[in-house]
Amino acid sequence: MQGKPQATSRPPERSLPPKLEVGLHVNGVERRVVLRPWTTLLDALREHLDLTGTKKGCDHGQCGACTVLINGRRVLSCLTLAVMKDGAKITTIEGLAQNGELHPLQTAFISHDGFQCGYCTPGQICSAVGLIAEGRAKTSDEIRELMSGNICRCGCYPNILAAIEAVMQGAQT
Amino acid sequence: MIDFDYVRANDVGDALSQITKHQAAKFIAGGTNLIDLMKEDVEQPTRLIDITGLPLNEIHETQTGGLKIGALVPNSDLAYDERITKRYPLLSSANLAGASPQLRNMASTGGNLLQRTRCLYFYDTATPCNKRRPGSGCGAAEGFNRMNAILGWSKSCIAVHPSDMCVALSALDAVVNVAGPKGDRAIKSTDFHRLPGDTPEIDTNLARDEIITAIELPSEEFRRHYSYLKIRDRLSYAFALVSVAAALKIEAGAIKSARLALGGVAHKPWRAPDAEQSLEGKQPDRKAFVQAADIILQGAVGFAHNRFKIELARRAIVRALEQAAAGTPQSQSVKVIV
Repeated sequence: MQGKPQATSRPPERSLPPKLEVGLHVNGVERRVVLRPWTTLLDALREHLDLTGTKKGCDHGQCGACTVLINGRRVLSCLTLAVMKDGAKITTIEGLAQNGELHPLQTAFISHDGFQCGYCTPGQICSAVGLIAEGRAKTSDEIRELMSGNICRCGCYPNILAAIEAVMQGAQT
Repeated sequence: MIDFDYVRANDVGDALSQITKHQAAKFIAGGTNLIDLMKEDVEQPTRLIDITGLPLNEIHETQTGGLKIGALVPNSDLAYDERITKRYPLLSSANLAGASPQLRNMASTGGNLLQRTRCLYFYDTATPCNKRRPGSGCGAAEGFNRMNAILGWSKSCIAVHPSDMCVALSALDAVVNVAGPKGDRAIKSTDFHRLPGDTPEIDTNLARDEIITAIELPSEEFRRHYSYLKIRDRLSYAFALVSVAAALKIEAGAIKSARLALGGVAHKPWRAPDAEQSLEGKQPDRKAFVQAADIILQGAVGFAHNRFKIELARRAIVRALEQAAAGTPQSQSVKVIV
């Protein structure tokens, strides 16, 4: 590194930090990516691994469109640095279908018309997978509250709620 | 986002030695606030030191009958931990009032304390802000200040601290455990955050070469008479306009001790010992609660768009104390206020 790094003015000749190799288990497949430290998990998925199902909405942790599961927990991939998740198990919307069968939540979103434009849907569904795994939401109010991190600009909330409730009730019987 | 390099710390000593060596470095754990601020060019560290591998992610009993929460315990784990929900439900409730499930899964307990203000002018690098660029002025005082402070502000800064969890920690008299190059020390949660004064760029009394290792909760728990009431523009996933952490000890129909802390109104969670003392020995009724609210709001002064907060806070305090007294805390799922 050259010069004295300062918070506001930085020497233009400073060379870029090295790229780092990161191993990610994405949807059951071991992937290796080489990227700069500032690459978010969202950009690593979309730009490095061509998994464009995970959507970039606000890119500031306010909309939930980028929700994925890391080691089974729902998180925002836009506020996650890929280098910090070396060795982690990542599940995206592309990883939910098994043996050619849609995940029950995917089926329920279709049958309950849980989307209009569909842009928030991958995040909604990954978030709902996390919600059901957490097992904290029992009532409609609790589902609404614990899905509040996923914004739907088309306003499909009643049908999203119905889809999640249908899967939760199916899971109980 | 500017370019930065990335290193990992192996233990607390390693983290401290790394932050001392590199003046423009920052620690990163959950990253939910820091990465956002880096994308906005508000924070520009040239190195991130990843502390997520440090062994600070457990909750332990303390010898004095309280709990010690490791700095890296995720907010969601804290909120749902049985020891917290049973013994310190006020903390669990405040925690669940903040952010979203995804963010709570990511954000660390220590990082929650170090959140920076969401003042619009702090975030917008095209505007003046004494907190972001000391000496540049305050954009909020004459600007859009609906979300800003009514208590404890200065001419330099009218920002508020955004955390819900910290309001409960303040009410519970929690203690922040800190490690630094000169050794360990403990900072009362009520002394951890600062008022802006002439140095709004300094949010807390944590030195830049120190690290939070744990939060300690004292043995006094307030299991029954508590409420965290948060008033905001949306019912969920929004910062507080006003929030109230209320906790009471009631014996033989009279208040033995009271705790009252406000969020969304000042640069730090707002406590007023004289308001709490005014409740001691009184019957837990509306008259006493209104008097306490008047005391804690003494000196409140609003701006063009946030004067409503003074009356809103008065009513929210009375309601939260009524909920606490009745043992019917505000639900964080069913948002009807009863």
